[in-house]
Amino acid sequence: MAGINATRLVKEYPGGVRGVDEVDVEIIDGEFFALLGPSGCGKTTLLRSIAGLEAISSGQLIIGDRDVTDAEPGARGVAMVFQDYALFPHMDVADNIAYPLRIKRVKRDERRATAERVGDGLSLQGLIERRPGQLSGGQQQRVALARAVATRPDVLLLDEPLSNLDARLRLEARTFLKELQRDLGVTTVFVTHDQAEALALADRIAVMKAGKLQQIGTPREVFQRPNNTFVAGFIGSNPMNLVPATVSAGSIAIGDGVSTALPPGTEDHVREGQAVVWGVRPEYLRWTTTEEPGAIAAEVSVVENLGASVLIAVNVDGHKLQVVVPEDHEPAPGDRGFVVPTGSKTLLFDAESTERIG
Amino acid sequence: MTATTATVRKVAANTSVRHYLARVAFGLVLTIVGLLFALPLVWLVLAPFDATPSLSLQWPDWTLDNFARLFQNPYAMRSIGNSLLLGIGTMIIVVVLGALAAYAMSRIRIPGRDGILYGLLLLSSIVTGTAAMVPTFQIITSLGLINTYTGVLLVLAGGILPTVIFILKDFMDSIPKSYEESARLYGAGPFRILRDVVVPIARPGLAFIAIWTIVQVWGNFLVPFILLRSPDLQPAAVLMYTFYTESGQADLRLISAFALLFSAPVLIIYFVVNRRYGFRFHGGIKS
Ligand SMILES: Nc1ncnc2c1ncn2[C@@H]1O[C@H](COP(=O)(O)OP(=O)(O)OP(=O)(O)O)[C@@H](O)[C@H]1O
Ligand SMILES: [Mg+2]
Repeated sequence: MAGINATRLVKEYPGGVRGVDEVDVEIIDGEFFALLGPSGCGKTTLLRSIAGLEAISSGQLIIGDRDVTDAEPGARGVAMVFQDYALFPHMDVADNIAYPLRIKRVKRDERRATAERVGDGLSLQGLIERRPGQLSGGQQQRVALARAVATRPDVLLLDEPLSNLDARLRLEARTFLKELQRDLGVTTVFVTHDQAEALALADRIAVMKAGKLQQIGTPREVFQRPNNTFVAGFIGSNPMNLVPATVSAGSIAIGDGVSTALPPGTEDHVREGQAVVWGVRPEYLRWTTTEEPGAIAAEVSVVENLGASVLIAVNVDGHKLQVVVPEDHEPAPGDRGFVVPTGSKTLLFDAESTERIG
Repeated sequence: MTATTATVRKVAANTSVRHYLARVAFGLVLTIVGLLFALPLVWLVLAPFDATPSLSLQWPDWTLDNFARLFQNPYAMRSIGNSLLLGIGTMIIVVVLGALAAYAMSRIRIPGRDGILYGLLLLSSIVTGTAAMVPTFQIITSLGLINTYTGVLLVLAGGILPTVIFILKDFMDSIPKSYEESARLYGAGPFRILRDVVVPIARPGLAFIAIWTIVQVWGNFLVPFILLRSPDLQPAAVLMYTFYTESGQADLRLISAFALLFSAPVLIIYFVVNRRYGFRFHGGIKS
């Protein structure tokens, strides 16, 4: 068991692309840690740098109490599940699971026994003699996991382990993965571009963009207090409404004559006339047809059904806002009414630096 | 309405007749071409058992005499053994070096790599070809390797390797890198990875290369003819050239029997290797 500590880690590809740019991150022993970000932001690169499959350009990487910046991949105590699972097609499931042991020169009987024990633990009974090509996607994923944990690694790295599964199986595998990680207590770094997956599974999340870390925090922290507009827009099943505005007379002016109160705690950090971005999640806006204090006049343009709720897009003085409305109360396109923000849940960002204010 | 249907039907009938005729004609042409190609093979099977074989195809006057005479020839059987030795020797060199080189070529980024490969491929056809026989002879002579198998093996393997590297590199390119990376993470070194992962997956390709090399060497006349002197070192392809009657005519009785014997090992190797390894390819599972 071991924690991971990266200091000013840089991975520069030939040609000058920085896949990972000055990343500082400390992952605690036994933690389930998610690397989250859009495609091409460097998640895989960071994971592979930790594994040693990419040579680190500069910076330092410590796993446990060892400096492994220049260590061979095999000497870092890490195991990895690849996105394509990388199961050897010419070996049966048992040989696949026991392959790491074969390299460590464990005897055949013992390897077999370990493969069966680990396989049983991951519900692979009866499949142990099949070839990977004869397994379903979910089964392949479990074989890959079994192979990774068979050697009891200090660190488990997972590169989008669920993305090859269909939607329903993914939910099952998610629960399964969480249980497995809790049982083993192994430090796990898990790459995903699905924010819901990260929120559901991780103890802490690191959000990345263009090789740089944007924020590290618990799912609650990144959801409730995103560091900047990028994280705010990326986290959440419906993206946060981000409305350009200016600070005017102790409130936020959104276009002509429409204004709303400053979020709590920001009063002392803004100056009159500052260009800001007002952020509010669709879940924290309420649709009403009667005017009340703090209400903003709006006109419905699109109505989308989400099942138990409805997502409506409204027009507020030229800005488009999304609002989640409980079912049975949905308006029709063209209706006029008001949206009321839950004041304590709104956020304010500086327009220039995009950082959160307050 | 009915008029149009009738026209449509007539046109349809017309095209189907024409289609049918075209197919018959096509079949006839193919049969004739096929027969033309089959004739030499029929000769190969029938002539050895004929008491008086000629270059034309004829129903044999059945006898095993030709084989009896062949077995009395002191060099005949030994030359088949020599051919096997050269074939298998070249095959081992080519498969081992080819696999290593192709793996390296496939995995390491060398500037101008594809250019190097194409260049080698072009040059290789010269090495074992007629054009380079004089310089080849001179090099082998100055190396003191004339009339040795070492010399023949070097020239043959050198001529075949580029093509083999080219083919195998393609094979290795199609093996996902994640297989090796995953083995590396468990502590496997390059040779271990080659043995446990790359070779087993590339096995059909290697089997193909092995057979192809043996067939190439088996049929190669020029290189051993030029580089070997002693009759007892000569492979079958060269020996066949020495079968003359006293009157200086090609001895068709010996040649036909020997030709049949000559083609047997290659066929056997093909079937054995095909059964054991099969020309299948595992490939990636999902990517
Ligand atoms: N071998 C390479 N050579 C050069 N640039 C590379 C290489 N591999 C990745 N990159 C670049 O590095 C950046 C990060 O890539 P990376 O694969 O880490 O992204 P990712 O976050 O894993 O994306 P995805 O979600 O699509 O898998 C990208 O801009 C990519 O183009
Ligand atoms: Mg990736």
